Amino acid sequence: MNLDAKLDVGAIREKLGIGDDKVYGVIGEFDDPHELVHAGRKIREMGYTKLDAMTPFPVHGIDDAIGIPYSKLGWIVIFFAVCGTATAELLIWYCGAIQDKFVIGGKPLFDFSFTIPIAFELTILFSAFASVIGMFALNGLPRLYHPSMNYRMAHKATDDRFLLVIEADDPKFNPQTAAEHLKSVGAATVEVVEG
Amino acid sequence: MSETAITQNPALMDVNPPLVRAKDYHDLSDQISGIVEGDVIKTPTKYWITLGVTASITVLLAAMLTYLVSTGIGVWGNNRPIGWAWDITNFVFWIGIGHAGTLISAILFLFRQKWRTSINRSAEAMTLFAVMCAGIFPLFHTGRPWRAYWLFPVPNTDLTMWQNFRSPLIWDVFAVSTYFTVSLLFWYTGLIPDLATLRDRAISKIKQIVFGIMSFGWRGSARHWRNYEAAYLILAGLSTPLVLSVHSIVSFDFATSVIPGWHTTIFPPYFVAGAIFSGFACVMTLLLIARWTLNLQNLITMKHLENMNKIILVTGSFVGYAYACEFFIAWYSGNIYERFQFWNRAFGPYWWAAWSMYTCNVFIPQLYWFRTMRRSLPVMFIISITTNIGMWFERFVIIVTSLHRDFVPSSWGYFRPTWVDMCTFAGTIGLFLTLFLLFARFLPMIAMSEVKGVLMYEKQHFKGQQAPVEAK
Repeated sequence: MNLDAKLDVGAIREKLGIGDDKVYGVIGEFDDPHELVHAGRKIREMGYTKLDAMTPFPVHGIDDAIGIPYSKLGWIVIFFAVCGTATAELLIWYCGAIQDKFVIGGKPLFDFSFTIPIAFELTILFSAFASVIGMFALNGLPRLYHPSMNYRMAHKATDDRFLLVIEADDPKFNPQTAAEHLKSVGAATVEVVEG
Repeated sequence: MSETAITQNPALMDVNPPLVRAKDYHDLSDQISGIVEGDVIKTPTKYWITLGVTASITVLLAAMLTYLVSTGIGVWGNNRPIGWAWDITNFVFWIGIGHAGTLISAILFLFRQKWRTSINRSAEAMTLFAVMCAGIFPLFHTGRPWRAYWLFPVPNTDLTMWQNFRSPLIWDVFAVSTYFTVSLLFWYTGLIPDLATLRDRAISKIKQIVFGIMSFGWRGSARHWRNYEAAYLILAGLSTPLVLSVHSIVSFDFATSVIPGWHTTIFPPYFVAGAIFSGFACVMTLLLIARWTLNLQNLITMKHLENMNKIILVTGSFVGYAYACEFFIAWYSGNIYERFQFWNRAFGPYWWAAWSMYTCNVFIPQLYWFRTMRRSLPVMFIISITTNIGMWFERFVIIVTSLHRDFVPSSWGYFRPTWVDMCTFAGTIGLFLTLFLLFARFLPMIAMSEVKGVLMYEKQHFKGQQAPVEAK
């Protein structure tokens, strides 16, 4: 996208119904995960804060380079783990000592010792669901559309390309300078992507 | 270093050979996705023939179960005193097979064993299919499988009772169903980035939509990966105690009873070691077949196979130790029933089952002390089969031999499987292989996103020393 200063860009935008707010961001493409991490760190040092990367596999170091906070998933899982244990204890107590008072083999109607296996299993079961559903919720998935899909080469991000994104809602964002900055840190190709 | 340089310095390759052979990330996507896409890499005819055979055997399973339900449980050979016979043997056998999948995907992940990445997906799939086969047996053993929901504490009007939570049998219901569910979640979570790759490579509209829905809109954002890796680590952390608990709880079904031969405290670790042993052998059988039929030599290398053989040797030796320990404790206990039980196990009417078990599980795997044996494809294929025969006999010995001699000689008996018993078991093998073959062809059998991570690591550490990519 060439922003030629001679053209009345504002008027054209208005006519076509595309404003600045319709830009998703600028995407720079890298061939190598290490280049991506170096570039991400430099871009962040330039003062950008709304950054993202798209990679075919987890690239270690990119989170810290572009300032992505730690996952909060662990807290969600711990909460549901406790719910799982409590569910098992309540279930066994309710079924055995309240609903169905049946003495079998001279054993007590309720005792902590015989609840251990089921309490353990339900703790694991609840935590596993919490970690998978929680992961999707934190990621905002499932979703049918995302503006990054407008990038021509978005499909390569799950194959062999490493993309660095400066998002449009960054306070420092300007399509032209952002594109230049990405070029200066070594991006092979740079493109402004509409939102 | 080029191909010639490697041949000039073979010692370098041999000491620390790279795990996977691929030119670059894109080549890796091509090698793995190509099998699923089936347009560049054509599915071999031998694949469809094999699938036809296994699918026919699966039909046999459906026929046997229909016959069983329409006629009655008497078509099986179960009798008094051997109420748990062929079917529970098969249940424990199949559950045990599943354990290797979780071990590879969870425990080896926590130990940062990078070689697991080429085999974990198929091992996890194998877990799911094995647990499905396992579930069939206790379900039909109940006699009225349409009342299966009585196993779960659901409010019901037709049964004015609740489950007896003091019994290990209900613990088993919870353990096995949790195991299946968590394994499914773990497996599917791992599949999502690869399904996104398939979506992005798909040419036809239908494939784009199907893989698009299945991948939940995954786009590989750094935020996604951070939460994803947290989820994967947590799932691995959860699955590790889970896999150890499942066969422990299965063993409680036996250990909490008062039957000589069952009532021992060694059962939980003994069952878990045996489960991992048989599971690894089963992964080995399947991988060797898949590697051969789908040409996966670049991705499943000798190093993977050798590492698995080392685990088979270790767990086989655990099992051997457990057998010896059982005999020692039987003698040391001074209990006449216990002593008789173990004498009878080795020299009684079922001596052939016991000695098949000792030979296949303890003696044959000792060949793996030799490196040439660990690296020989025919040897490892045969040992993977004999190990599973041995582990099936282990469950048969524990169940049938322990039950056929009761405390009072008037209630002694003998179990012979009927043709329905045998065909049902054969049918589950057919179901297992059919599901595995379908998986290997229609879903990415190797975790692309994980292997790419290994490839990146190797690019750094073996700058240019990668092994030549084998031509197909």
